[in-house]
Amino acid sequence: MRQNRFVEKSIEKLLFVAAAIATISVALITIFVFRSGLPAMSGYGFANFLFGADWSPGNGEYGILALTAGTLAVTFLALLIGIPTGVCCAVFLAEILPKRAAAVFKFAIELLAGIPSVVYGFFGLIVIVPIISEHVLPLWQRVNPDAQTTGLSILAGGFILAVMILPTIVSISENAISSVPQDYREASLAVGANKRETIVRVLIPAAKSGILASIILGMGRAIGETMAVMVLTGNVAMLPKGILDPVATLTGTIAMEMSYAGPTHQEALFGVGIVLFVIILILNLAAQAIARKMGAVGRE
Amino acid sequence: MNRKLGDISFYGIVLILSLATLAILIVIIAYVMRQGLPHISWEFLSQSPEHMGREGGILPIIVGTVFVTLLALAIATPIGVGAAVFFAEYSKEGRVVQVIRTFTEVLAGIPSIIFGLFGFAFFVVFMQMGWSILSGGLSLSLMILPTIIRSTEESLKTVPLSYREGSLSLGATKWETTVKVVLPCCRKGILTGLILGIGRAVGETAVLYLTIGGSIRIPTSLFDPARTMSMHMYMMTAEGISREKSFATAALLIVIILIVNSIANFISNRMKGAQ
Amino acid sequence: MNMNMGAAAVQTSTMPRPTGAPAASQTPAMPRQAGAAFTEAKTEAADAELVFDINKLNLHYGSFHGLKDVSIRIERNKIMALIGPSGCGKSTFLRTLNRMNDLIPYVSIDGLVCFDGKDIYGRNYDVTDLRKKVGMVFQKPNPFPKTVFDNITYGPKIHGKKNRKQLDEIVERTLKEVALWDEVKDRLHKPALGLSGGQQQRLCIARCLAVEPEVILMDEPTSALDPVATLKIEELMDGLREKYTIIIVTHNMQQAGRISNETAFFLHGEIVEIGDTETIFSTPTNKKTEEYITGRFG
Repeated sequence: MRQNRFVEKSIEKLLFVAAAIATISVALITIFVFRSGLPAMSGYGFANFLFGADWSPGNGEYGILALTAGTLAVTFLALLIGIPTGVCCAVFLAEILPKRAAAVFKFAIELLAGIPSVVYGFFGLIVIVPIISEHVLPLWQRVNPDAQTTGLSILAGGFILAVMILPTIVSISENAISSVPQDYREASLAVGANKRETIVRVLIPAAKSGILASIILGMGRAIGETMAVMVLTGNVAMLPKGILDPVATLTGTIAMEMSYAGPTHQEALFGVGIVLFVIILILNLAAQAIARKMGAVGRE
Repeated sequence: MNRKLGDISFYGIVLILSLATLAILIVIIAYVMRQGLPHISWEFLSQSPEHMGREGGILPIIVGTVFVTLLALAIATPIGVGAAVFFAEYSKEGRVVQVIRTFTEVLAGIPSIIFGLFGFAFFVVFMQMGWSILSGGLSLSLMILPTIIRSTEESLKTVPLSYREGSLSLGATKWETTVKVVLPCCRKGILTGLILGIGRAVGETAVLYLTIGGSIRIPTSLFDPARTMSMHMYMMTAEGISREKSFATAALLIVIILIVNSIANFISNRMKGAQ
Repeated sequence: MNMNMGAAAVQTSTMPRPTGAPAASQTPAMPRQAGAAFTEAKTEAADAELVFDINKLNLHYGSFHGLKDVSIRIERNKIMALIGPSGCGKSTFLRTLNRMNDLIPYVSIDGLVCFDGKDIYGRNYDVTDLRKKVGMVFQKPNPFPKTVFDNITYGPKIHGKKNRKQLDEIVERTLKEVALWDEVKDRLHKPALGLSGGQQQRLCIARCLAVEPEVILMDEPTSALDPVATLKIEELMDGLREKYTIIIVTHNMQQAGRISNETAFFLHGEIVEIGDTETIFSTPTNKKTEEYITGRFG
C-alpha cells in the first residue's frame, strides 16, 4: 500500500512535468531567439535597428522599419476586410442560420482554417496576382496614371491574409455571440425591437469583448503568417506608398533570407524574430486578458 | 419605412459577406482540384522527382511528410494528453497552475516562423541534430502540442464526475480511475485532437523550412534531411519550377485536409450524438 | 437483543433527558465518550461489533460550518438511516465516512472518525483500502460506460484479482445477491448503460459488493427510481443486512421507517436526535424531529 502511494505521487509529478513542457518550451524559445538575435540588435544599435528604414544586408544595413511597415500594411488591410466579413459570418452563424445549415457553414469555416498556407499563397499567385495586374491596375491608373505593379503587392497579400484570418474571427466571435444569455434577446424583443435591432444594439455590444479577442487573435495570425505573405507581397524592403506597392514583411524576410544569410545577417534575422515575438506575445496576452474578463463577467 | 430599409441593408450585407466567404472557399478548392487532380497519377505518387521536381513524382516527399508527422505526433501525444490530464484531473487552482496555463496559451499563439527560428537555433545548431527529420519533428511537435492539450482537456471535462466517484468509491486510486474509466471515455476527443494535429502538421511549412533541410531523397533515418509536401510546393512555386506539379501537390494537400477535417467532424458529431 | 444493542450503540445520544430540551445541550456529554472510544480501540475483543466510532466531527467548507460536533457509533450488521431536510449535512456526513469529501477543495475536517478502531483521517491511513472496505452507492445510478461484466469486475481487478474463473464467480455471486442475475445473465457482455434505471442501481450495488466491503454507504439510492424499483432495492437491503453494515441517507420517511434499525435526524449540520428507529418514529423526544417526521417542515 505504501508503494501504491509512492507510485501515485510519482505519476502526479510526471503529469506535472508534461504540463510544464509547454511552459519550458516558451522559456527555451524566448532564450534561444533572444540569445541569437540580441547581439546583432545591440551591435547595430537598438534605435537604428527598430527605426532605420534601410534593410540591405549586403551593405550591412539592418533597419527594419520597412519590414515592420510592410507587416502593418498587410495586416491592416487584412483586418479591414476580415473584421466586417468575419463578424457578419459570425452573426449569420449564431443568429440567422438554422442549426443544420449552421453546422455545414461551420464545417466550411473549419476547412478554410485547414487549408495550408502555401496553398493560399499559390492560389493567390496564380489567381489574385494576375487579376490585380490586369484588372485592378488599369482602374487604378485612371486615378493615378503613374501607378505600376506586378500584382505582387499589399493588396494581394492583404486579401489572402483576410481569408486566412477569417476562421479565427468567425469561430471566436460566433462563440461570444451565442453565449449572450437568452434573456437579453427576449428583453430586447419584448420592448419592440426587431431581430436586426436586437443583433446590432444588444447582442454585438454584449459580445464585444469576445469579438475584440477574436480580432486580436486574428491580428496575431496575420502578423505571424509567413508562407502566403512571402509568396504574394513581392519582398521588396521599401516603405510602401500605395496599396499596389510590393512590400517585405517581418516573417517573409526571415524565411526568405535565412537560407543564404551569413552570420551577422542571420543574427539580424533573429533580431527580426525578437520583434515579431514581442508583438505576438503582447497581442496574445491582451487577448487572454480580455477573454478572462469576458469569462469573469459571464459567470457573474 | 426607415426600419425596413435598415433591415434590408443589414441582412443584405450579412448575407453577401457570408456567401462571399463560402464562395471563396469553394473557388479555392474547386480551382486547385480542377487544375491539380488531372496531374495526380500513380506515377506521380510512386516515383521520385527528377530535375528538381520538374518531372517525376513526389514519393520521397510523401515519405518525408509521413515520417515528420508521425514523429511529431509520437512526441506530442503523450505529453499533450499527460498535460491535459494534469490540468483536468490533478491541478488545483493556484499561482503555478495559472502560470503554466497562461504559457500553454502563449505557445498556441506563437507564429510558426518563430518555431522555425527556435528549431534552427536549438535543435539544428545547439543540439547538433542538423537539418533532419528529428529536428523538424521536434519543432513541429511543440507547435501541435497546444492543439492536443486543448482538445483532450475539453473532452476530459465532459466525463461525468459520477464515473470518477464510482471508481474512487471502489478503492481505485486517482491514476487507476483516470486510466481505466476517464480516459477511455475520451478516446474520441483525443482522436479528434490527433487528427487536427495531423492536419496542422501536414499543412505546415515555415517551421520545417528552417529545420528539416529540403532533400528530395527518400529519408532512411531520423537524422536524414527530408522535404514535406507543403514545403515542396513552396519551393516549386517560389522557384517557378513546375506549375503542373505544384497544382498536383496542392490538390493532394487539399484532399488530405478534406479527409482529415471530415473525419474530425464526423467523430465529434458522433460524440455529441452519444451523449 | 437487537433492540438492546441498538440502544447501547447510541447510548449517549439517547440518554434520558428532559423532554423537549434543545439538542445542543447534549454536547457537553460528548467528551466522556471520546475517552471510551480510545479504550475500546485497545480492547477490540470487547467491542468487535462497533464499525464506526465518530467523535465530535466538525467539517468546514470554506467558512461554512457544515457539520457541528457530530458523534455517532455504528454497529455491525445494522442499517442506520440518516434523515433530515436538504442541506442539513447528512450526505456530507456520509461522504466523510469513505473520505469522498477529499475530492472537494476547501473542505477541512477535525474530530475523530474511527473505522474498525483506526482513525481514517490519520496520517498514514490508506484511503484506497478504506474505500475498499467501505463501499458506496450513489444517488443516481452511475455504472461505467462498460459492459455489465466489466462493471462488476472493475473493483476486483483493481485490487489484484485477475483469474478469469474467479471473476466469473464474483459476477454470478454478486448479481445473484442483488437479484439481477436472471435479468442480465444473457447480456453480461453488453453495455451496462442499456439497463433500466432500477437495474443500473442494482448493478451498482453488485459492483460495490464485488470488492467485499464491510460497510455500504448509500446516498439516497432510490431517489432517482420508480416505486417498483425502489421496493426491489429495499427488499435487497433487508437481505444485505446479514452480511454488511449499511448507512443510508434518505429523504423518504417511510423508507427509513421500513428498513432501518436506527435513525439519526440531522438539522443544520447537527444531530438533533438519534436512536432506535421505532422509538424515533413513534415517540420522538425533540420537537423538531417530530415536526420533520410528521411532515410539517423540510
